Amino acid sequence: MMPMRVVSGFALIVMLTLVSLVSDEAQAAIDVYEFETVEQEQRFRDLSNEFRCPMCQNANLTSSPGGVAADLRREIYRMIMEGQTDQEIEAFMLARYGDFILYRPRLTMQTLLLWFGPLLFLLIGIWVAFTIMRRSGTESPGSGESLNADEEARLKKLLAQKNQDASDQA
Amino acid sequence: MIPELGNFSLILAFGLSILLGVIPMIGAARDNLLWMRLARPLTAGIFVFLSISLLILGYSFVTDDFSVAFVANHSNSALPIQYKMTAVWGGHEGSFLFWTWMLSGWMLAVTVFSKAMPDNFVARVLAIMGLICVGYTLFMLATSNPFDRVLPLPPADGADLNAALQDFAFIIHPPSLYMGYVGFSVVFAFAIAALISGRLDAAWARWCRPWANAAWAILTLGLSLGSWWAYYELGWGGWWAWDPVENPPLITWLLGAALIHSLAATEKRGVFKSWTVLLAIMAFASSLLGTFITRSGLLTSVHAFATDPTRGVYILGFLGLIIGGSLVLYAIRAPALKSEFGFGSWSREVFLLANNMILVVASAAILLGTLYPMVYQAISGGDLISVGPPYFNTIFVPLMGILVVLMAIGPISRWKKTSATYLRQQLTRVAIAAVVLGVAIPVVLTLEVPIAAIGTAVLALWVTFAMASDLWTKSGNKSTRLAGLKSLSLSYWGMQLAHFGFIMTMAGACLTSIYSIERSVLLQAGQSAELGNYTFVFNGTEPYQGPNFIADEASISVIRDEEFLFNLYAQKRLYTASGTPATHMGIDGRFFRDLFVSLGDPRAGGAWSMTLYVKPFVRWIWTGTIFIALGGILAVTDKRYRRYKVRRGEAVSVDSKQKTGDQTSAVSGGELTS
Amino acid sequence: MKNLKLYLPVIGFAVLAVFMWRGLYLDSRTLPSVLLDRPLPEFELRALETGDQLVSLEDLPDEPFILNIWGSYCLPCLQENPIFMAAREQGIIPIVGVNYKDTDDAAREWLDDNGNPFTLSIVDDTGRYGIDLGVYGAPETFIVDSQGVIRYKHIGVIDYQAWDDEIMPVIAAVQAEARS
Repeated sequence: MMPMRVVSGFALIVMLTLVSLVSDEAQAAIDVYEFETVEQEQRFRDLSNEFRCPMCQNANLTSSPGGVAADLRREIYRMIMEGQTDQEIEAFMLARYGDFILYRPRLTMQTLLLWFGPLLFLLIGIWVAFTIMRRSGTESPGSGESLNADEEARLKKLLAQKNQDASDQA
Repeated sequence: MIPELGNFSLILAFGLSILLGVIPMIGAARDNLLWMRLARPLTAGIFVFLSISLLILGYSFVTDDFSVAFVANHSNSALPIQYKMTAVWGGHEGSFLFWTWMLSGWMLAVTVFSKAMPDNFVARVLAIMGLICVGYTLFMLATSNPFDRVLPLPPADGADLNAALQDFAFIIHPPSLYMGYVGFSVVFAFAIAALISGRLDAAWARWCRPWANAAWAILTLGLSLGSWWAYYELGWGGWWAWDPVENPPLITWLLGAALIHSLAATEKRGVFKSWTVLLAIMAFASSLLGTFITRSGLLTSVHAFATDPTRGVYILGFLGLIIGGSLVLYAIRAPALKSEFGFGSWSREVFLLANNMILVVASAAILLGTLYPMVYQAISGGDLISVGPPYFNTIFVPLMGILVVLMAIGPISRWKKTSATYLRQQLTRVAIAAVVLGVAIPVVLTLEVPIAAIGTAVLALWVTFAMASDLWTKSGNKSTRLAGLKSLSLSYWGMQLAHFGFIMTMAGACLTSIYSIERSVLLQAGQSAELGNYTFVFNGTEPYQGPNFIADEASISVIRDEEFLFNLYAQKRLYTASGTPATHMGIDGRFFRDLFVSLGDPRAGGAWSMTLYVKPFVRWIWTGTIFIALGGILAVTDKRYRRYKVRRGEAVSVDSKQKTGDQTSAVSGGELTS
Repeated sequence: MKNLKLYLPVIGFAVLAVFMWRGLYLDSRTLPSVLLDRPLPEFELRALETGDQLVSLEDLPDEPFILNIWGSYCLPCLQENPIFMAAREQGIIPIVGVNYKDTDDAAREWLDDNGNPFTLSIVDDTGRYGIDLGVYGAPETFIVDSQGVIRYKHIGVIDYQAWDDEIMPVIAAVQAEARS
């Protein structure tokens, strides 16, 4: 058995060693498949990126050197050539390896927060931003305006002076 | 004996950290000048002893002292000398020592560049960093001591440094990443010191800004180097994997970006004060979170790590103490940090607010995606899901799109209020030019209507033109254009450069995702394969002997339009000590495209499998980050921060209500001395 | 009210910390099998004992049995072998081997050297049947009841402790079920 290391991005730094549980003949990360059309080849690449290698730390089927990843790529190739749809291929994977294998989690009740969380954050963010803006507008009424004008004048003077100095230096 | 000295030195640093965390803090509270001023010598002591520790660990590597467990596990007598020295950060224990040493380096920098700050403030900042240092050194001594020995029977030779780490990037990537990461502890210490003293004014923001900028700029480089390294080392052309280990630094980077923008508003206008402090805390918290995820093996764990959660529990406890404590302190003290100035709805403040909002939402979304599988597992009782690149891209790309739209408007807008007419006048031409050229260029070049590329081009040109337009307007009030450009401050140039870099990185990332092509082929010597406009001819392989590996080196000629361009050399290596196979890409990188070959393995009949890649614009990603970092550094060097030093006496009494006046005198005072 | 809002960050952080603490003790590497309580997938494969003659589900025991995924390259399998040998000798339960991604010669040699605990060794040299079983590496072990339904799955090596604490209770249960 040959120890293999699976690395991904910054995992390089920590480099947890993962011992492959499969024979060393499966080490080839590069497999060569003949496709009939460019679209098939593209689908093969896209699908290989959508599924997670079930054996590795954190790698998709494309980047994983693991043995089972190569087997699964072979199955994807077979199903593409048999004319199966992406949905059928996904169902095939799901029936055998469960949700773990999908890098794009299915939208279910349990993943609702995952998929709509960012949108929720955005709405909260917009709401907070507007609250701050409104408050900032109301907390400096009247007197604030005159102070602002005063400041602006000072700022202008300041800028002019600064520019003057800068050009003097130049 | 020598490694024990290193250990002893580490213990001394631990002791000094405790003193630093306590004495100056009490001194600042009781106004005891002597106690406060102990901060600087104590810091120097910590730095010296950690340096001794680090040097001794390095010495153990160079002298092949395999009785030290860490050396035995991460080195080998045949390892080239440059990797022996840097193998110090090639594993958990050593890299943590290196990390802590970096922290002491930042602390030392604070002692050097804080002459202008009041004693009680410096004392508090250093004391807080001292407390962080206590946590790190104790962690090493308790759970991960790099000086642990394998006695009485040390191995004859080491297990070797991991093959994937034996690369030039390994020498520079971890130092820059750590340095940027750790740098946020300075800003954090500033924020906590401000909370304790209740003093947060323009002067505070001005002290804080260079540190935040510097840490962020260096973190940018660290991230970028990691991405570049992954790209050419891993062999499948990926440059960002949305891995749980690489997401936290990105979160820190995004929060850091939000922080430096928010600090700008706090300094110039005295607004967003408590928000700035919260961001500083969150940025540091995210860096600790990254440490936690990486070091505990959470989310990435293989069995061996998960069974020993001691390290994770320790870091989590530390995290809870430091961050929990800070956030409680924040909740209690934040009401004291009143923002003073109002602003109108089209002001620069509003755009900075929007920028912050997007960056924080993006950070939160990445955190959500990173931790969701763990939460899901905890709640569902063991069910596993994966959240990977398809999810993160779906979430992240639109948010960055909004950010880029705002990025054009923010720098043009003015503080306090900008007339809508002015914005319209500035941006109408920009918008028209961006849309026309952004549509025309991709269509002409590809003879199709590539929607994604058009979107990228329009957004990139929108910001670039807005930038150019702003430069034109702001340099117009001088006798000559050149004088006008010269009169602009370094901060302004830094901002423009960083924004330009960001656009370049984003454009590169989008375009390379759209246009990269690859093909896996099986070739015998003399056979060729077509990809894009290029023909790759396989010339065969030759054996190659490296210092600690053997390899087959393939030569591949690249031909375009029947013209020979160059040869690419790709290797399939076998590291002899560990028996680890590794690939070494053959890459030709140009400004507009990379060609690269990743060598697979030999098959029957002398054929080799290999993957060929054509990756347009991929280099823009890293080139852009260099501009971002340079922009950040340029902003640090702005005269404004040095000017301040000449007026330290008065600054102490300045509060934010007098800020405008203070600025005026600060500028004139500075000009007089320069 | 305003001040309460300021406590939101620390509350959020506390929730996060609790989950991270829980996360430390979760094993995120052992995939729960989706095949639990489903019939063993169909196959038509060679067996080491039968040469070129294909075997299928019908050739498997009618009583509860263990299905063990193994390979001659697999070091942990070596560790499991004595346990399975003892189980065979004591007649506790029949064990069917799936020789996963291996060569016949290497597999036979391994069985000669270490002892053969298997009543039947199915040959899955391509790993195709392994995929149908949701296997991602050897060793993995299934317990199948008398109806041919998968009742339990163990990933990784079975040591004595795992055998006594996890495997035996399930065997006892499915065998009791089969008798009744």
